[in-house]
Formats: sequence, structure tokens, C-alpha cells
Amino acid sequence: MKRWMALTGFMLLMMTSLMARASGDLTIEITRSNDDAIPIAVVPMRGEGVSPSTDISEVVARDLERSGMFAPLSRGDLISLPASGDDIVYADWRRVRANYLVVGRVEASGNGYRISYELYDIAGQRRLLGEIVTSSDEQLRSRAHYIADRIFEEITGIRGAFQTRIAYVTANGIDPNIRYALYIADQDGHNTRQILTSDQPILSPAWSPDGQKLAYVSFESGRPAIYVQQLSSGRRVQLTSFQGINGAPAWSPDGRKMAMSLSKDGNPEIYVMDVATRSLTRLTNSSAIDTEPDWSPDGSTILFTSDRSGQPQLYTMNASGGNVSRLTFTGNYNAGGHYGPDGKMVFLVTRTDRGYQVAKQNLDSGRLTVLTETSQDEAPAVAPNGTMVIYATQQGARGVLGAVSADGRASFVLPSPDGQVREPSWSPFLN
Amino acid sequence: MQFSSYAKTLAVALSLAVVAGCSSGGGTQDGSDTTGMTSGSSGSTSGMGSSSGASGQGMGQQAPSENRVYFDFDSDAIRPEFESMLNQQARYLQSNPSTSVVLEGHTDPRGTREYNLGLGERRANAVRQYLSIQGVSPSQMEVVSYGEERPAASGNSEQAWAQDRRVVIDY
Repeated sequence: MKRWMALTGFMLLMMTSLMARASGDLTIEITRSNDDAIPIAVVPMRGEGVSPSTDISEVVARDLERSGMFAPLSRGDLISLPASGDDIVYADWRRVRANYLVVGRVEASGNGYRISYELYDIAGQRRLLGEIVTSSDEQLRSRAHYIADRIFEEITGIRGAFQTRIAYVTANGIDPNIRYALYIADQDGHNTRQILTSDQPILSPAWSPDGQKLAYVSFESGRPAIYVQQLSSGRRVQLTSFQGINGAPAWSPDGRKMAMSLSKDGNPEIYVMDVATRSLTRLTNSSAIDTEPDWSPDGSTILFTSDRSGQPQLYTMNASGGNVSRLTFTGNYNAGGHYGPDGKMVFLVTRTDRGYQVAKQNLDSGRLTVLTETSQDEAPAVAPNGTMVIYATQQGARGVLGAVSADGRASFVLPSPDGQVREPSWSPFLN
Repeated sequence: MQFSSYAKTLAVALSLAVVAGCSSGGGTQDGSDTTGMTSGSSGSTSGMGSSSGASGQGMGQQAPSENRVYFDFDSDAIRPEFESMLNQQARYLQSNPSTSVVLEGHTDPRGTREYNLGLGERRANAVRQYLSIQGVSPSQMEVVSYGEERPAASGNSEQAWAQDRRVVIDY
């Protein structure tokens, strides 16, 4: 919050114009910062006779800040405004304790822009990155996310995930007059796009591994059913409509199969459907609730929630069924598990003295670590590079999305301008 | 979370009754392509209401107006105070065998949504089983769990949550 307050008048003006352009967008409030975050100065790009509609440097700085790994200097603390390597006085940047410096210029190019940016290591006094990218006016935000990805990867060695998207569900009103909607947005909450509305519940959106489709559960027929919607065309297919619960769709890593929970045989069991042939294989056989399947990144194992012990806990089994093994033993409520991209960590919802919180369990040590500080947290969804987890939480009586770094050290919330927001799902890499 | 073994046994018995009594089991809907919205906010799905209309009003009776059963946290046990209401519902359904109901199962908002779909189904199944024992034909009842998706009350309080944990007998 402090950082926001420290913005210069110029920036506030800039933000006001951005907000006016996209009023449905989610905003960001940083709620916890990492003390060890790397200080980086992202100098506003010099406009060479142009005034692009997006403040590229601001988008880059906010991306880096949200990762929890970087602490961008506020613009008021920038000691000078270099636009290229020749203008840099290293001693100045050492004095303000910046470890890295990003400079750049924007020029007109055809109908769009040419963006030149460079990344410098202050201690080593050397250039780490330099690149020229072109962009139309509409592409400026996505180009800025690209630049943030390049900087992030250069410094951390981890692939950036700033060009990814999220899906989420909103609800407005009180039963029986609730309006539900399914949205997709950039990972920073911008560029929201409504892809479905209904007066019946929508839940459990899941991105296909190629990033082209969303599977979700919709009650629009009066009964729950699983649908798959192509994002580019809006064209969709109803994949299931069995008697009872049709829930928790989860794509296999190769996109050919979908695990799901169906209660057509009397109580919820885990099934796998071949998406092309619709052939169905039942994997579990218990009188308990078996739901929330999730595939290990290598596709060999399915994680799921079951209350066969009397309380919901996470279990694993072979992706073809069998070899069931209980995974969680800490506390009496562990559910909604998702593998991190390296397959070594599972993110889940656990019930603690405080309430329902997002946690991670290390699969080697079995140790469970609570990541969030609030009490009604659910639906953790992991960024494809494993660095961040987005989840649903409550602010007062309002459902909002929260995000926390996978190490738990930094967090932020994305309040929506209206309605209850829930059920986030993070896309795979889209670039 | 602790469901009595009595309830579990009945749930299994009920499940069998469901499979036996219900010939309307769904299947995959090959070729049922529809087009969802791709942008804007003008369109919507044609989501219909959840009630299956009463198909017969035998003997000119009105369906009993009391139609909600409330549950304790993490429980699908039917509290004694709802038995007389359920008995009344059972008598009505028995004397109107062409009337069918949807038993809507609901939970409070705590915990994960998909797991709550399962809990809501357990509650609705408990009501179905109770009515079944009272002589209502399984073919007159369909269970639909909404989990926590359609809260009856807003706000984060035990009072609101107690209103949410319910089964609605919907004609």
C-alpha cells in the first residue's frame, strides 16, 4: 500500500486513464512483502515523440513486484532517468541500493511502436539483456509482460509466467436470483473477458494443457454437467450429463483424458474419460466421497480427495487406478489438492485452528506448511512456473482472489469491482 | 464430518434403490454442440430453473408448504424436529404418486466446493432415504446437490451458515 501512496502525480494520472479504459478489471493490493526481495529500478521508458496508451515500465515493475522476488524502487526514489546504457551512473544506483536497473525507449514504428529495453547489473556494471521489440498499441501490455518475463528469467533463472492468464467465476445476488459468470483475464487482472453467464452455478474451471480450452461444471440445464469451451470461438461441447454429480474436471497433461468425479453409481467416485472417444473408466470404489482429482505432471499419478477415513484427506493412486495411498496426515481436513509443476509439492486447502487455509505439502518430507494468513481460503491454483499460488478468499463478506508466493513470503489480493469472485484457475504457459 | 454408520448403511441401501428405481441415468451427449459467449455481456446461457414441475395434482391437495430440512455442521443426520414435516411430505407424495420432487442438497460455504457437492448430495440422500422408508416411491424423488453454490443467507456467521445447510424439497 505504501508503494502505491508514494506514486508520483504523473503515475496517478496514468493509472486513472488506465482504469477508465478497463473498468471491469481486477485491481491489485499488495498485502505482504518479502524483506529479501531484490531491489530493482525500472526507469520509465523515454517516449521519443510518442505517448503510448500503456506505461510499459509500470506494467513491468508491477509484474516483478507481484512475484514477491523483486522490490521495484518507487518512482520518487529514482535518482535519474537514464534511457540507455550511456546515461547510467552506477555509483548513483549503488547509493539507492538498486541491484538491477531497467532502462528503455519507445519510438514510433509504422502504425505501432519500437521498444528498446536493457537490463543492467549494478554491482557488476554490465549489461545482462538488451532487446528491441515491436508492438501495436493494443499489444503494449502483453509486450510489457514479455519484457518482465525476460528480466525475471535472466535474474532468477526461472521461466517467467507474466504472459499467462487466469480464469475465475463471479456471482452476484442472493438465492434464487444469483447471476454467475465465467471470466478469463491476464494474470495481473487486466483484460477481463466474460466467456459465459448463467442464472445457475458455474464452478471448477480448468485450462486445457494447450491453453485453448476451458473445462468447467455448469448447472445451466438444472443439473450439473461438464462442458468444454473453445476460447477462440466460444464453441463448446457438453462432455457429460450423468445422473448425480458431474464435477471436478481435470485434464491429463497430454490433454487426451479428463479425470472427473461422478456420483452416477450412488456416491462420488473418480473416473477418467477419454476425451476423443468419451469412453469412461472408473478408478475408485469406496462408499465415501471421492473427488477433486489432479494429475501429476508426468501423468503417472492421480491425486484426489476422499473422506474414506471419516474426514477428507488427500490420496494418490496410479492414473490407471489402484495402488491407493494416503498423502496427508496433518489435521482433520485436507482437500482440493494440486500438484506444483515440478511434481514435488502439492498445494491444498487445510483446516487449522484459524479456519480453512492454503498450504503446501512437500512430497519428499511429508511436511505441511500453511501459506496464507486468512481463514476462508480455498481453490489454490499454481502458476505454471510454480512461483505463485492464486486462491479464493474472503474480504469481509466479499469473495476475492488472493495470491501468495509459493514460499509464503509475499502475497496480494485482487479485489473485484463487483460481485463475489472465486474458483481461480491458472493457465499453462501460453507463449 | 462424522456420519453415523447407520446413515452410511442407509445411504448405500438408498444408492441401490436409486440405481434400481431410476431409468433416466444420463450418458454422454455426443454432438450436443452449443456456442457459448465469447465476449460482451449481452448473452447468457438458457439455464433453466431447478424445479421439475409437479406433473399431477391428485386429490386437489396443496403440497405442504414447509419444505426445508436444516442440518448440523458436517452432518447429514435428520434432526428429530423435522420428522413430522417430512412425514407430512411423505403422505402427500404417497397420495400423489404422479407428483415428483427434486431434493436439493446444500452446504454452508466453508471448505472446498467440489467436496461440498458431495456433502450436499449426502444430505439430500438422507432425506430421500427417510421419505423412502415412509413409503414414497424412489421414482418420485431426484437428488440434485448444489453444494455451497446457492447460499440461503449472506454473511459469514454461524447464523447464516445454519440457514445454508439445508435440503429443499422442490416441487
